[in-house]
Amino acid sequence: MGNWFERQRNIIDFTLSSLVRRKGKNLALLLVYALLVFLLASVMFFTHALRREASFVLQGAPEIVVQRMSAGRHELIPARYLGMIKGIRGVSGVRGRLWGYYFDPFSGANYTLMVPEAFSHGSGDVIIGQGIARTRLVGPGDVLSFQRYDGTPAILTVREVLPSASELVSSDLIVLSENDFRRFFGMAPGLYTDIVLTVRNAKEVATVAGKVQKLLPDTRPILKSEILRTYDTIFDWRSGIIVVILSSAVLAFIIFAWDKASGLSAEERKEIGILKAIGWETSDVLLMKFWEGAAVSLTAFLAGVLLAYVHVFFTPVMLFEPVLKGWSTLYPSFKLVPFINPYQVATLFFLTVVPYTVATIVPSWRAATIDPDSVMRS
Amino acid sequence: MRKSTLFFMSLAVQSVLLIGAFTHAAYQHGRDAFILGETAALVKRLELTDLCLFTEARYTRHPTQADLHSPFQDHPLSFEHFPSGSLLALPKGIGGR
Repeated sequence: MGNWFERQRNIIDFTLSSLVRRKGKNLALLLVYALLVFLLASVMFFTHALRREASFVLQGAPEIVVQRMSAGRHELIPARYLGMIKGIRGVSGVRGRLWGYYFDPFSGANYTLMVPEAFSHGSGDVIIGQGIARTRLVGPGDVLSFQRYDGTPAILTVREVLPSASELVSSDLIVLSENDFRRFFGMAPGLYTDIVLTVRNAKEVATVAGKVQKLLPDTRPILKSEILRTYDTIFDWRSGIIVVILSSAVLAFIIFAWDKASGLSAEERKEIGILKAIGWETSDVLLMKFWEGAAVSLTAFLAGVLLAYVHVFFTPVMLFEPVLKGWSTLYPSFKLVPFINPYQVATLFFLTVVPYTVATIVPSWRAATIDPDSVMRS
Repeated sequence: MRKSTLFFMSLAVQSVLLIGAFTHAAYQHGRDAFILGETAALVKRLELTDLCLFTEARYTRHPTQADLHSPFQDHPLSFEHFPSGSLLALPKGIGGR
């Protein structure tokens, strides 16, 4: 056992010395490899953490939202629908929800205005999200000026700023009273944006949604399970798209690794030829090539994964920020709760280390079976 | 020092750091559970349905509440306008899903 271990160490010593002799080329390979792992790991960590966080916080979303559709578009829903839905067996609570969008020409951002069931402040007061506070440079006690639907100014006093920890759901929110909301958009008292309902028995949610649609064919019920599924799909889709884009980088890397391993330089061929001439077996050369691959792969893999972890959970995900922001002016500044598991790391390992190993097996075998005589003569 | 010793030491340091990342994630998750719970409570109190990730258009701000044909809402043949919209999946119920 001791002999075996010492033999491996000797071969590793030799392999590392050989790698250091061609440090420029090998360092480039290591950097490209680590960068690739870093990119893939960043995408994986980021989307997984976002998906987990979405599924956790959106557990509080309404069980069923009922929208009214008109000419294929979301339309305001009349208050009489509330009574009709309330009559459905299994429905335990019904409430008309008021919410809408406001484009702020001052900052060029879109805000979401929302009326809660119980608003703790009075008319003319608002609670705002951190994103708005940051964009408009306002805090509690300051005044926000907007324009109502009829062009008259709406002067609203900021009473509270929602906690920064909740920015992922509340960054662009303006919470205000029902009276202010209706005056703001000129919405008649008998109308709501949509209706939210609670169901007595969670198993009956789908049945109740079916009954709502049957009773009111111009409505569209949206279940909480659909909301959660939508976010799952979005992040799968997004990470899928980025992985597809990155797959070209993986392919380029495989070609690079193959080329690097198969295109042995004259110096490398000579080195292998001399080793075989002084008594190294083919298996020894293969072992040397194995350790060469292992040293590059493991170092690049671990460095890439660690850098990705720091990038996603300790910095504001600088690399993906432009992609995520799109054309948004107001973007939430949030810190993700780290959700990582061994399955993700194992997937990454198979996505990066296995292709590299496969790409270098054949060239390594060719290198190991070099005829020492012909190499040294050439 | 032998190069193999350096190699194994660097692997050991990186492995310890990886285990450290897992430990940090578990610790942070426990610490942030309260904050996540508060956010979930805010979602429940304000009856929110979506994450505030992309505020550029209504169907990217509230993808779960968007019309089923929101990618074509301006015109049946219109192309997607916003960069985020081009990265969003089709709403449920389209394409036989």
